[in-house]
Amino acid sequence: MKYRSVFEIIGPVMIGPSSSHTAGAARIGRVARKLYGRQPKWAKIYLYGSFAETYKGHGTDVAIIGGLLDYDTFDERIKTAFEDAEKLGMTFEFIPEEEEMEHPNTARIVIGDEKDEMELVGISIGGGTMEVTELNGFPLRLSGHYPALLVVHEDRSGVIASVSNAIAAQQMNIAHMEVDRKAKGEMALMVIEVDQVIDDTLIQELEALPHVTQVSTLAD
Amino acid sequence: MEVLFGTVKELVELAESQNKPISEIMIEQEVLLTKRSREEIIAQMENNLNVMEDAVEKGLQGVHSTSGLTGGDAVLLQNYIATGKSLSGDLILDAVSKAVATNEVNAAMGLICATPTAGAAGIVPGTLFAVKNKLNPTREQMVNYLFTTGAFGFVVANNASISGAAGGCQAETGSAASMAAAAIVEMAGGTPQQSAEAFSIVMKNMLGLVCDPVAGLVEVPCVKRNAMGAAKALVGADMALAGVVSRIPTDEVILAMHRIGQTMPSALRETAKGGLAATPTGKALEAQIFGREKVGSGSTN
Repeated sequence: MKYRSVFEIIGPVMIGPSSSHTAGAARIGRVARKLYGRQPKWAKIYLYGSFAETYKGHGTDVAIIGGLLDYDTFDERIKTAFEDAEKLGMTFEFIPEEEEMEHPNTARIVIGDEKDEMELVGISIGGGTMEVTELNGFPLRLSGHYPALLVVHEDRSGVIASVSNAIAAQQMNIAHMEVDRKAKGEMALMVIEVDQVIDDTLIQELEALPHVTQVSTLAD
Repeated sequence: MEVLFGTVKELVELAESQNKPISEIMIEQEVLLTKRSREEIIAQMENNLNVMEDAVEKGLQGVHSTSGLTGGDAVLLQNYIATGKSLSGDLILDAVSKAVATNEVNAAMGLICATPTAGAAGIVPGTLFAVKNKLNPTREQMVNYLFTTGAFGFVVANNASISGAAGGCQAETGSAASMAAAAIVEMAGGTPQQSAEAFSIVMKNMLGLVCDPVAGLVEVPCVKRNAMGAAKALVGADMALAGVVSRIPTDEVILAMHRIGQTMPSALRETAKGGLAATPTGKALEAQIFGREKVGSGSTN
């Protein structure tokens, strides 16, 4: 089921003019920001389909930048996101692409700073609802419906067990989980959607586990 | 995932067998699926209602978009209603004016509540704040109106689409007008089945509507499609309340909308490449608004 809350139909409360091209775009940007965990220094945003054709008219560009500045869909500051980004020293570039993607409203966001970079593909599926379909080359399906943990780790036996044990020790229930890897023994990604709010102690515990490289979270 | 209803048939059967309004079934499902409290859910919907009311009021004072394509029509309509010369009726024109008001605020990058999308945000509040003057609902009934529209929208979003890029304008203003018709029926005292009939009657008259925004902006023809969507919602609700039924069941009408959307060429699904966007005037307006900037790389900063 793509939609599960009435507030995805009657909502979001948002700055106009388009739920898919403005609010959904802001949410894709904000999820990228949350997963990155800090303010990126630069951003390259590739737009596909209807996003590529109409992004200026819909304010898709200011909305994505607003999201990267951690603004919510109803934040009036979305309108001044370009100026705000400039003040914070974040540079950005929009690249409309010709290539046809599976979904007409697709954005590929590459963000980074001097330390590392992250690449995320998000689709805006209508009414302000979005999904993440790819993270750092890993295909996934992340709706943002539930609080989620994203654990980058080395592909070794026992890592999945130690992560799920740490989650179980916090009396947390896993709603959905998927694991994918680049190649046998190389970098892997666990996406774990949970029913409860994730606290910082769990994140620290997970980060301390052997073979775990990085932990990001996404609140509901 | 455990749901109370996934189709309109299931929704209506639940409401009728338990003798509850559709809005109540929607609230119960929201509690079930999101594990939030009933009070929290109702409070959020009240907040959405307040946002809608503020947008209508702001639009009725007169707003204009930065492109200059839209704005001020809500005021023209209210002034015309005040002359007492309206041919189609004051209530319909009031709904039209308030739908236009909301979309004019949206086009001006103001604060609105998507219902189910921003481009179609005028129809649900436009009809609600017009019908309000005739039916004198309580604030709770107005909140329930929104839950009822949400219940029908939930079925459309999960079984078809509410995105113009995926399904054309029929998926946006078509869904909004049909959802509003169903909620008007409930507020006016009709049965859940009559709500479903109103939904079908309106949706059948929105099928095939393409998404062809001039310059890609949510302005032309979006604002006027909200105007007509509000009018159709009221007429459809009246037809259902009169006892008129749809020969094609609601869920099949929704699937028909979905299939039509899937076969619609990309030029007519929010790419600003076909329909009104591709007319000589549409193209000229695009060039005038964006100049050379729109073409080529959109590199900034």
